[in-house]
Amino acid sequence: MTLLITLFAAIITTIIWYTRAGARELKIGTLGLMFWGASIMWTVDAIFGFAEEGADFFVPTSGKILNDAFLGFSVVALGLLIWTVIMVAKDPKGIIRSIR
Amino acid sequence: MACFLVPAAEAVVTTVIEKVLDSSNRPAKATKLPANSAATGTADSTADLSEAHGATAAVADASTNTGGMRNKIARKLRWLNIMLWGGSALLCLEHIWHGEVVPFPPFLTAMPDPVARAEMLHEMATAGVLMAVLITAAWGGMVAISTMIEKRNPAVSREAGE
Repeated sequence: MTLLITLFAAIITTIIWYTRAGARELKIGTLGLMFWGASIMWTVDAIFGFAEEGADFFVPTSGKILNDAFLGFSVVALGLLIWTVIMVAKDPKGIIRSIR
Repeated sequence: MACFLVPAAEAVVTTVIEKVLDSSNRPAKATKLPANSAATGTADSTADLSEAHGATAAVADASTNTGGMRNKIARKLRWLNIMLWGGSALLCLEHIWHGEVVPFPPFLTAMPDPVARAEMLHEMATAGVLMAVLITAAWGGMVAISTMIEKRNPAVSREAGE
């Protein structure tokens, strides 16, 4: 579930990066790359999980689904937080500099 | 257990390489001419100056290609760094979530128990290494595609950033 949520976040971010010039200016590519990196890592985790558990890997309990979904959304939130900090620090539109 | 440490270690190495490439790319500060050289104003000093400017221009021309290439490599290496650091940070959260990483020494809960430690090292050697290899391979694919696009249309070479 965590892999799925992160993968969806990566795909959505990539689509936004591809279609919106304004988002590219805000370094959304950085967010996309972070999600892709995490998705690749969790894919490896899933491969090893499948190798260990077999078909049971695809039949998680409802409790595990809920916990993994909660973790997935937390991961997306952390990614967004890191991106926000990078964006504010780099200030690509010069908003912060204009305030000072 | 701590598989994300392998991509994180790779990220440290690639970040150092990127910073080295970046710093060697920065234009050197113009050297100040001695104050009296402008004051003398003789033909000799003018000739010296123009010769010096010519030499500087030649060096700049020669280094432009190398600098441009280093700049490109550094820019593309940044993609790998973001994937490695970002992925490691997000996976670190997962490990904290599952109680495998703690904010106090020894930081990894598997460390005190020899059996758990051996299991952790095995996971790092298998899953961790595979994670690092796959991310690097994905980055290699991205670099190959962007290089192909840049060769077809050099105007997009700057657009390929973030």
